[in-house]
Amino acid sequence: MIGRSGVVETLQLPDEIQHHLMHMGFMPEAHVRAVRRAPTGDPTVYAIDGMEVALRRETARWISVRESEEESR
Amino acid sequence: MSDCCTTATIEMTPTPRIAGKIQTVVLVGPPNSGKSTLFNRLTGLRQKVANYPGVTVEQHYGKLSGIGRADLTLIDLPGIYSLNTNSEDARVAVDVLHGKMPGAPSPDAVLLVLDSLHLQRQLMLAAPILSLGLPTLVLLNMSDLMETRGGEVDTLALAQELGVPVAKISASRGTGLDSIKHFLDKKSQPIPQTPRLELPVVGNPRSYRQWATGISTRTKYKAPLSSEWTRKLDSFLLGRVTGPLLFLVVVFGVFQIVFSVGLPVSNGFQELLNGAGHKVGLLLGNGWLESLLIDGIWRGVSSVLVFLPQILLLFLFVGVLEDSGYLARAALIADRVMRAIGLNGKAFIPLLSAYACAVPAIMATRTIENKRDRFATILVTPFMTCSARLPIYMLMIAAFIPNKPILGDFFGLQAAVMLSLYVLGFLAALATARLLKSSILKASSAPFILELPQYRVPTLRSLGLRLFDRGKVFVQQAGTVILAVTLVLWVLSHIPFHAGLPQSIIGHVGQWIEPVIRPLGFNWKIGIGLLSSVVAREVIVGTLGTLYGADPATQSLSLQAALRHDLTLGGAMALVVFFAFAMQCTSTLAIVRRETNSWKWPALQFAYMSVLAYVAALATNVLISRFF
Repeated sequence: MIGRSGVVETLQLPDEIQHHLMHMGFMPEAHVRAVRRAPTGDPTVYAIDGMEVALRRETARWISVRESEEESR
Repeated sequence: MSDCCTTATIEMTPTPRIAGKIQTVVLVGPPNSGKSTLFNRLTGLRQKVANYPGVTVEQHYGKLSGIGRADLTLIDLPGIYSLNTNSEDARVAVDVLHGKMPGAPSPDAVLLVLDSLHLQRQLMLAAPILSLGLPTLVLLNMSDLMETRGGEVDTLALAQELGVPVAKISASRGTGLDSIKHFLDKKSQPIPQTPRLELPVVGNPRSYRQWATGISTRTKYKAPLSSEWTRKLDSFLLGRVTGPLLFLVVVFGVFQIVFSVGLPVSNGFQELLNGAGHKVGLLLGNGWLESLLIDGIWRGVSSVLVFLPQILLLFLFVGVLEDSGYLARAALIADRVMRAIGLNGKAFIPLLSAYACAVPAIMATRTIENKRDRFATILVTPFMTCSARLPIYMLMIAAFIPNKPILGDFFGLQAAVMLSLYVLGFLAALATARLLKSSILKASSAPFILELPQYRVPTLRSLGLRLFDRGKVFVQQAGTVILAVTLVLWVLSHIPFHAGLPQSIIGHVGQWIEPVIRPLGFNWKIGIGLLSSVVAREVIVGTLGTLYGADPATQSLSLQAALRHDLTLGGAMALVVFFAFAMQCTSTLAIVRRETNSWKWPALQFAYMSVLAYVAALATNVLISRFF
């Protein structure tokens, strides 16, 4: 999981949260990479749109991501 | 996807004010765009706090004296991502921008601050702001950093795309601010011809995004490389082993310094204040005026002011942690633990600060964006054992608990009782948080989304401004609410004149409430102590000293001996348990009122904590009386 990257497909979350996440960069077709986990295992830090944003698993699981063709590191 | 590409041409209408004359400017921008730093630069120290009716978001406004335009007012809006009115922050921003906020003048011009390190994303806010049709200046903040990290943008092209002037600035260094003065000077002259602008029509994030991406490509925006050492530092500071370890070092370090440095400084400060009071008292002679001014007002106000050094020290640390970017990492590490009690990682620092004093802790909850989580944190904070509880804890423990060693000489029975009082408060906070989050403050839909900013070196200027701001709030509380309460208490304890405390109004009240507190093992003197300590917890020690000193039966004894003479072990322990739970602090009530902008929350908090304190003290007295 950590170090893998992908492309955001859809967000299956209530409108309000979806808007917030989209403004943070979680937009369909955006590249996202899981950078690291918190020492306690959750939340996870994602690199998106030149920023690092941490999400709990309970939120991240509703964002579907497809594997990107160009595998980075 | 078809709706996203529609654009419309909007005729910019001049503001319906006296043509060209501007008075009010608003500052708007996304969170983390450096907006507050810029606001401080532009207004200096002379800012005021705007409290809008029914709004918990606190906003500052001030004169634009930082750029020599003290005739103009600058209103700072909450950091927002869009004008979508889902959040309270955005609602405030929209109302102020539309001139619909009661008490706020309608704006004549807008300063839009965008972080140029993430311009493409931040530009999404430009679309709804520009469509308001107000004269706008777009400020690309942190442009110095962007350029040193290899980023670039064609500001001229951007100005053409947006149809408004664009300027590169650095709020932290104060460069490029001339452009703001220039813009405002120009806008004070008649409004030029209205430009035409293409903006996305549908206000959804996707269309704004498409629009922003289009613009950033056409203006040749090149995002800077993210700083390499932030990532390197994170692999250490967020490492599986090093992360939690460093976290604990930071936490204990802050705690230790606030106590080991802050406490002696506070004590010295207290002596200074008492000395000053005493000197003035000598000048005033020995009349009722001296008693009112020195024993009443000065003692009450200074008993609160003595916490100022500790509070400032605590805020210095919180400020350094926040400005450097570590606070977000701390929240990330603490999140898992805080989640167990229904709060999130950002509540950790406020709860920790509350071991010194609940007042700065409650002010520090402002970093929690989720309103329900923030309120839950505010409501449980006063359970943490603050330093004002220590005087009565120390007095009662010294008087009633023998210091039998438990773990050698190092850890005795007295320390164990003290520690269990700390644990008791902490458990009450946990239980209350759970209770709140499963009832009136049930988890809202807002998830925990934490932006990890890049590490920066905090500037002295911003730290200084923060300390000044928080210190001012605290002193204002002491100067208003506390002053009023001490005044009332003094009057109640001195009427009728020339009578002793037992014969005064407050003495009668103490005796009147005795039946209520008798089951707890308290007598009327403790009752008066409880009443007087509503101002501040530590006041009870002074009150008890006065009362037992005035009583012929206990006059010759020390306070500890007098208490032993007068109270059972059950009553004494019930008293400290009462103090562990009760909301005996006017400053905290006042600050909760201020931060929630309603009397409802402090009233609820006071009632809940008082009931809990009563029940727990009753249980303590009954249990101890039975078994010991």
